[in-house]
Amino acid sequence: MSAPSDNMTMTALPRAKPLLLRHLPYFIAAAILVALAATMRFDGYILNVLMQATTFAIAVFGLSVVLGLCGQINLAQAAFFGFGAYAVGIGTTDLHLSYWLCLVAGCVLALGAGAFLGMSTLRLGGHYLAMVTISFQQIVTLVMINAIGLTHGPDGVSNIGRPDLFQTAQGYLAFCVAMLAIIGYFVWHLPDTRLGRAMRAVRDNELAAGVSGIDVFRTKVYAFALCAALGGLAGGLFAGGFAYVSPDQFSFAESIVFLTMSLLGGVASPIGSAIGTGLLILIPEWLRFLKSVPGLYLAIYGLFVILIIRYMPDGIWGFIGVALDRWRSRIKAPAAAAPLLLKPASVGGDIVLEVTGLSKHFGGLKAVDGVDIAVKRGGVHALIGPNGSGKTTTLNVLSGLYKATSGKIVLDGTDITTMPPHRRTAAGLGRTFQNIRLFRSMTALENVEIGAERPGNTLIGQGGDAALTERAMEALTFVGLGSRANELISSFSYGHQRLIEIARALAANPTLLLLDEPAAGLNSTEKLELHELLKRIAAQGLTILIIDHDMTLVSEAAQHITVLNFGRRIADGESMAVLRHPDVVSAYLGSE
Amino acid sequence: MDLVLQLLFTGVGIGAVYALVALGFVLIFRATNVVNFAQGEFSMVAAYLMVVFAVDLGWPYWLSFLLALAGMALLGVIFNLGVYYPLRHRSFLPVIIATIGASILMANSVLAIYGPQPQVLQGWFETPGIQLGPVYLDSQYLLIIAVTIVMVIFNYWFFERTMLGKKLQATSQDKEMASLLGISVSTMIMITFIYSAVLGGLAGILVAPVLFVSIQMGSTIALKAFAATIIGGFGDVAGAIIGGLALGVIETFGAAYVSVPYKDGFAFLVLVLFLIFRPQGIFGERVAEKA
Repeated sequence: MSAPSDNMTMTALPRAKPLLLRHLPYFIAAAILVALAATMRFDGYILNVLMQATTFAIAVFGLSVVLGLCGQINLAQAAFFGFGAYAVGIGTTDLHLSYWLCLVAGCVLALGAGAFLGMSTLRLGGHYLAMVTISFQQIVTLVMINAIGLTHGPDGVSNIGRPDLFQTAQGYLAFCVAMLAIIGYFVWHLPDTRLGRAMRAVRDNELAAGVSGIDVFRTKVYAFALCAALGGLAGGLFAGGFAYVSPDQFSFAESIVFLTMSLLGGVASPIGSAIGTGLLILIPEWLRFLKSVPGLYLAIYGLFVILIIRYMPDGIWGFIGVALDRWRSRIKAPAAAAPLLLKPASVGGDIVLEVTGLSKHFGGLKAVDGVDIAVKRGGVHALIGPNGSGKTTTLNVLSGLYKATSGKIVLDGTDITTMPPHRRTAAGLGRTFQNIRLFRSMTALENVEIGAERPGNTLIGQGGDAALTERAMEALTFVGLGSRANELISSFSYGHQRLIEIARALAANPTLLLLDEPAAGLNSTEKLELHELLKRIAAQGLTILIIDHDMTLVSEAAQHITVLNFGRRIADGESMAVLRHPDVVSAYLGSE
Repeated sequence: MDLVLQLLFTGVGIGAVYALVALGFVLIFRATNVVNFAQGEFSMVAAYLMVVFAVDLGWPYWLSFLLALAGMALLGVIFNLGVYYPLRHRSFLPVIIATIGASILMANSVLAIYGPQPQVLQGWFETPGIQLGPVYLDSQYLLIIAVTIVMVIFNYWFFERTMLGKKLQATSQDKEMASLLGISVSTMIMITFIYSAVLGGLAGILVAPVLFVSIQMGSTIALKAFAATIIGGFGDVAGAIIGGLALGVIETFGAAYVSVPYKDGFAFLVLVLFLIFRPQGIFGERVAEKA
């Protein structure tokens, strides 16, 4: 298991070939496609089908970002597509502007509209977003039809220009294919970037993403705006390709077509998007007779959506993706080169966490009522109390999931009382959850990498991929799961999932680690291992604030104990003294 | 002033339809935690059933009405078994996508069968309306308002005073606990879908003589009804009703004083304003996540 040479430093790690070189086959294939598009002799019909498929696929890439990566719905992609198309349409005809300027303007318009819609809605639940995007779609259609002075109304805009460089239809198609290849490349690699990882984390578990230092709202807005911008770009390309646009091309029905394409191919991947788009453009062409009955064709789309969701939730590409995941999980991750280093920051004084007069009221219920806690730097501090005493509420207020009704929380000299969860994490707070919250569609390594990526983590250098992987591997090795790093979360036992959650928090190199009932649901062997782990963490000087019911664990691991009952602090001090305190004994065992 | 009163009456009438559909939304949301995007299509299908029975086949209005509602109950059963029930253990996103798929399927199946021409359905009464002082009270609007009031009272009685209503509420609040108490959760969910399909259908039949019976009427009504639930406070029954009435009035005045073609846009405008400034709606609790 251990590396042959211990002298190997981090920079000397075997580095894979440069990214661009490894992806050379992709670019060669793309170049061949572009060349084919430019030189092959197509008749007009084939050309139109190809043009449509190419531009639609870019719009569907947008859905794979917002729906597949970030788990947010967008039922107005045709409206954003329309923004781009009308920008190029009106711009090149009525306003006599350059095609390129119009294309960019269309993207910017769509981006702006997407960002506005996202910012007004994404703090709320997903069904709000669904309805708001449908409403937005209807409004855009209304404007396209009724604002005749601007959009030419139902007649649409014709004689739309193309750039001088690509005047011929084939040349323009080649340009669109090249754009498709470039956008496809970025969307393909987005999941492995910082933003992409944040999106996946938000999709899998918003709360855990927040306490891992991810700005959940901003991530969702980025995903939504990016999707809209891709829609705008696709629309601009579409308008140049067909030289004519009209409102019915950007209706709600088209948004559903985009959605179906995305779902059919597989929402999580651009390859799926391309497959779905290709199929749903070709199949209707083969089944043209369906179009003779109005409605029939869209009715079948609706039925498709229901059937895909029920029987093939990951789409066509999902089948291949599962096989790839299985193959990936067999690859052993490179062993960590160094043991995990914890270097908790220490700016403030002797007290790392100072809570004064903390209260949390739910209506009339005082779940936490004027609690003071002072956690000394280094060592383990336990917060205990009978069921319903306000322990977990306290922890949730500390980590920002609840807003404090009153009181003050100072972490290592920084007042974090009003900060949202991700900023507290950036300030040095780490936590685990009583009911484990991991990112379920990701591997153990990816989960811990997201922890390591915490803004303000000084131990990952520039935060490059290699440094992140190294840090995450160290953390996983520290909890004893290094050899299974590439397995999906679902293949781990409950106890191991808990360890992965701790590793995720440790990789972030926090100043203070909050553990919410880490021993809950563990068997006695696992509890012993947990105790050992806590000792090893504390030995590196990281302060731990632990909540637990397991008195053996608490009394052995913690040097200092605070006891809550009915939301108030009833005892505080050195472990043994507190556990013998008569109030504590009566709170736990009842008094005569 | 006369015009204002007249518009107010019309607005309340239209708003009552939104309120009825919104009520269906809220019921399904509370029972299943799912927003049913096909709720508006229930109204559209019921209106077409009325056209088939009362206009095409020429059956008596009351018989057609009962048959249409029975058809809606059946549709509720099919919808639950075909769309919601198989996905009940999945997260909310697949479920809402499936209901969107169902809405597209219903609207376009009707289009394929009946063609794009809007149909006309007569009102329930022979007399078109009565003149009350300066205001002309259209009989169909009077009927809509009356039925909405009756349904709201019935709804209250049903959920608060009957055992079945209590069981439905228990199911919507905690499915596991309800099933431990011997309540058949799947039956309760089935009843909820039947009830909301009938409620949506009722709204569709009532509004059909006022609007044209068209494929788009479902999605138009659903959007307004959804906006109404947000304005009132999501998941709140009283909020859905107040929100629906408010929206009907705003829209009617907007069409009269601002712009007719953009009439359907006002709901969206109000919706976005609420989302930005008061996302919890008029009556709602603050929208918060649980840890």
